[in-house]
Amino acid sequence: MRLNDEEQAMLAGEMGEPKRWAIDHQIKVGRMFDAEDLVPVSQSHMMADPESVGDAGVSFLEKLADQGARVAIPMITDPRGVDLNYYRPLGQTEEMADLDRRTIEACSKMGILMTNTCTNYQTIMSPVLGDHVAFGDTGVVIYSNSVCGARSNYEGGPSALAAGLTGRTPRYGLHLDEMRRATRRFVVRQQPKGLTDWGVLGALVGKLAGSYWEVPVIEGLEVVPTSDDLKHMGAAMASFGSIPLFHLVGITPESPTLAAVGGEKLKAEEITAADLNALRSGFGGRGDKVDVVVFAAPQLSLVEMQQVADLCAGQTLKTPMLVCTSPQVYADAVRMKLVETIEASGGKVLEGTCFYNQYAREIGVANGWKRLLSNSTKIVNILGGYGYQPALASMEDCVASAIAGEIV
Amino acid sequence: MIEFKCHKGIGSKVEGEALVADDNFSARYDLDRIKGVFSRPQHKLAGESYRDKILVLNTAKGGVATAWMLHEMKSRNIVPKAILFNAANTILAQGAALAELTMCDRFEDGDVTSLLKTGDQVVVDPDAGLVTVLNRD
Repeated sequence: MRLNDEEQAMLAGEMGEPKRWAIDHQIKVGRMFDAEDLVPVSQSHMMADPESVGDAGVSFLEKLADQGARVAIPMITDPRGVDLNYYRPLGQTEEMADLDRRTIEACSKMGILMTNTCTNYQTIMSPVLGDHVAFGDTGVVIYSNSVCGARSNYEGGPSALAAGLTGRTPRYGLHLDEMRRATRRFVVRQQPKGLTDWGVLGALVGKLAGSYWEVPVIEGLEVVPTSDDLKHMGAAMASFGSIPLFHLVGITPESPTLAAVGGEKLKAEEITAADLNALRSGFGGRGDKVDVVVFAAPQLSLVEMQQVADLCAGQTLKTPMLVCTSPQVYADAVRMKLVETIEASGGKVLEGTCFYNQYAREIGVANGWKRLLSNSTKIVNILGGYGYQPALASMEDCVASAIAGEIV
Repeated sequence: MIEFKCHKGIGSKVEGEALVADDNFSARYDLDRIKGVFSRPQHKLAGESYRDKILVLNTAKGGVATAWMLHEMKSRNIVPKAILFNAANTILAQGAALAELTMCDRFEDGDVTSLLKTGDQVVVDPDAGLVTVLNRD
């Protein structure tokens, strides 16, 4: 890999051990993907929830912080594993909270901004067309690439940290023009209505395309999605297929036409109502008991918070309901009394966490939760491996089910 | 002995027993990382122990958590010896680099999940881009 003078100095350890580790890590990864050099990035976003970082990872972060590591560019974080204002009632332990406290201290010492959000493109600083970034959360990466036209690979915790320290990332994958061209072409015949429909469409395309190296282009959409629609679509596509970029013809910035992304040469694959229903029917049905209702994955926007609050207003929930949002939205939702409305019905709003990365297995066991209902196609996909029997429904039906105590 | 060429990978040379499925992989979605088994009922390796195995799978799936998780699994020694893929993704490569775990992908001879069989005794040499099956001719 070609390195400039500054990068050579980093590798030689002249700029401290943390930067030496960081660039060495980037070279190892870049070599596996045949990167020729490093590209400067404007922001970095790291997943560092304690469940995935683990004790070994937290010790690693502390060691770097003690060695004087300091980020070179704005660097922000994904949701935490524990809402430190509300964890004991969920059955989370003091050990889990301590691991989170240690992570926060080590990261803060390095100058990392603890934004704790997987919706930073809605809340912090949205990247722009052509912007090279090093983003972590898969939902963030696919949204930033597809909707904003920014350029990022999936940067897992270690490599996002490395990018924060060096201010660059290996130039491979989606930093290259040729890797952003469509490889699969899908034609939609049924128009999505609402967040869950967008999620199901994303899930199906993700499942069909099914690899990090595929770029789906979707045509046939007659409705223009909102930011929240695309948030759910992208998160589901990334979750089901590990897909980091999609194009919507006439909607997303790199695909004003099918030809602009090379899609006209690809075989058109139809997505029918039957395909969508088959995917949906894999996740639960009416009349089933429900143990917990969850709104998360990704965290809720202020608009979604208002929608949930409106559905809860004046109601009493029979089933526990958890709503996960970012600290930025949480503050606004408190000020606008949306949190108060949701909690008056018996729901609980969690700040800076997301359900699936807050020890979902352990809190499921602690609370006897098996049957989980959500409007997030991403979360119902993940939680099968965590001992849950997840079911999928619209936001309206989720709240109605929490009121009824069974899936309506 | 059979040799298969792959892209140059990450980590050191290791030998172990293959555990193979034409399925995809995520440490977060698929594993009980305390017991060291595949726990997602839909996974083709559900119930199988991955500890010290040469895992052979199709590609990565899902999110970014696996990058930290491989490092954490390695620290507790409940980790595969190596993972071979038809196509790794960025997260798996980053996780392998941090955990110093052996990982290779892109096999010249075709689909690695058909080339190797569960129970094969396998040597993985990432620097050479070479996988050797010791128990077959």
